[in-house]
Amino acid sequence: METILSVRDLAVSFHTYAGTVQAVRNVSFDLKKGETLAIVGESGSGKSVTSKAIMRLIPNPPGEITNGEILFDGKDLAKLSEKEMLKIRGRDIAMIFQDPMTSLNPTMTIYKQIAEGLKQHQGLRGEDAKKRALELLTLVGIPNPEARLKQYPHQLSGGMRQRIVIAIALACNPKVLIADEPTTALDVTIQAQILELLKDIQQKTGTAIIFITHDLGVVANMADRVAVMYAGKIVEKGTVDEIFYEPRHPYAWGLLGSMPRPTDDPNQALPAIPGTPPNLLNPPKGDAFAPRNPYAMKIDFEKEPPMFQISDTHYAATWLLHPQAPQVTPPPAIIDLALKYRPDSAFAKSIGKGGAE
Amino acid sequence: MEREKLLEVRDLKQHFKIGRGRVVKAVDGISFDIYKGEVLGLVGESGCGKSTTGRTIIGLYDATDGDVIFKGENVHDKKSKAEKLKFNRAMQMIFQDPYASLNPRMTVADIIAEGIDIHGLAKTKEDRMNRVYDLLETVGLTKEHASRYPHEFSGGQRQRIGIARALAVEPDFIIADEPISALDVSIQAQVVNLMKELQRDRDLTYLFIAHDLSMVKYISDRIGVMYQGHIVELAPADRLYENPIHAYTKSLLSAIPLPDPEHERTRKRIIYESKSLGAVGRSDEDSSIPPLREVEPGHFVSLTDAEYEAYKAQLV
Repeated sequence: METILSVRDLAVSFHTYAGTVQAVRNVSFDLKKGETLAIVGESGSGKSVTSKAIMRLIPNPPGEITNGEILFDGKDLAKLSEKEMLKIRGRDIAMIFQDPMTSLNPTMTIYKQIAEGLKQHQGLRGEDAKKRALELLTLVGIPNPEARLKQYPHQLSGGMRQRIVIAIALACNPKVLIADEPTTALDVTIQAQILELLKDIQQKTGTAIIFITHDLGVVANMADRVAVMYAGKIVEKGTVDEIFYEPRHPYAWGLLGSMPRPTDDPNQALPAIPGTPPNLLNPPKGDAFAPRNPYAMKIDFEKEPPMFQISDTHYAATWLLHPQAPQVTPPPAIIDLALKYRPDSAFAKSIGKGGAE
Repeated sequence: MEREKLLEVRDLKQHFKIGRGRVVKAVDGISFDIYKGEVLGLVGESGCGKSTTGRTIIGLYDATDGDVIFKGENVHDKKSKAEKLKFNRAMQMIFQDPYASLNPRMTVADIIAEGIDIHGLAKTKEDRMNRVYDLLETVGLTKEHASRYPHEFSGGQRQRIGIARALAVEPDFIIADEPISALDVSIQAQVVNLMKELQRDRDLTYLFIAHDLSMVKYISDRIGVMYQGHIVELAPADRLYENPIHAYTKSLLSAIPLPDPEHERTRKRIIYESKSLGAVGRSDEDSSIPPLREVEPGHFVSLTDAEYEAYKAQLV
């Protein structure tokens, strides 16, 4: 499949009074046409900063892209001037923000907010713009669109507002849509509607989606491929099945294990990840996850693990994949899933062997 | 064996006047019991009245109507200061937002010891600090944290301080209003484990209010589902998941995405069409909601006569 966006060794730092915070530390990934790539991680893992860097929305100062390339359409977005970026932002790459309450302008009608992008990028005016705005509202499933165009954000519910935000993002048929926690502020039933809408739109328009979230349920539902971020780095990436059924990084194990499932025995403690994420003012030496990692080895505290390749699509940065590493047994929840869905995978077999020893 | 009822809520109503004679019926006649030592989960979407229920029970709002009976006494009738004090000590609350619920100008020690001071639980200054240190250790923090201020802590640590504050007066009953929704995934499990452990060690009873159904299922013995100010289904946690009966419960359960791609590919969402016209609980008109019926032991569902007949027919 054709790659349409390629991020290479991206690093973003913020200069604060306390020192330099290395929010994103050499992140690389490709986005293919029409696919959904989910970036998962906790707050502070750098997932939102990565997406804002792609949109060049990092405020400078204090923020700065210190390294790397963002290749899109033959251009390196990291090096474009603000004027050139204006032509791409909102037209080729659009963004949906987390909180529909704050990402809409309360003093502008819905029509004005949708028409902004249409005017700027496509030169649509008057009746043409209105026609397109109506089309967009219909596409995102808003009933009675004529009346809605004249309304203000406060007259709409949270779910409706998020649909408006999506309509604005779709206005110029972007090739890449970045959705930064688009459903976190919404109720589960509304979340389900918005996710269905995004999938439906992707099928119709073929846009590629970068979906940023901390909810692994949403990832399982939406993603084709997944990148797991921790402390400003991608620690594991692969297809959605590889990440859920053959995960290799202990952080991915921890995240997957700490999600309660309806089948869990309530008398057993949830397998929580101990401790808290590291401070990126002084990123730790070695593997940043080592202090919280029950499987950590001596080398984890000393040397940063490289990305080990597991399959054509699956990579993980953990020393456990080194040929000399000892065989370890992942948490029970991970083993259960692997044996249930991928009993023939190399991963499932390796766990079986680990258990026998 | 008859279990001891710790809390009885009888036809509780909480209506808010919003001007021009309009009334929001946030909680509109709900009844339930909480037994000693159990965890009752209360779930529902935003605006369904679950938080209002918790806040009304503890007396942050004066109930519009209905009774709250705690340990056999009607608590909202209490007028004397001494009686109120006694009640406040027995019932505590943990709030959703650990950033907003701790006073930024107070040290952690003073935050935790506020209840100890009010109730005069510590004889000496030394005793007071020892209690604070014990509490900090109980919730997984250290002695050194006592002299710091809330801004020096992460969200998960702050929520631990909030839990220590609630425990300080040795309550029997704790209302936890979305205690983990503001926390990261990896931290949520830590806090839930802590709450479960404390419940076992100290024989606590919880009302656990949340919208994250997977977590509620994990921590609760029984779960009540709220919709527009009413409880539509109340059942043991397992039964609610295995055999949801109310259409709203079904839709809610079917909307949760699980961390399992194969399951997600086949999951079918059930859509709940609200039968009521307009928003129940938000209009002045009296919304008639069918009564709760016990369809199996301990499993209550709000069903109309016709729905109940249909349910029984389907069982045969």
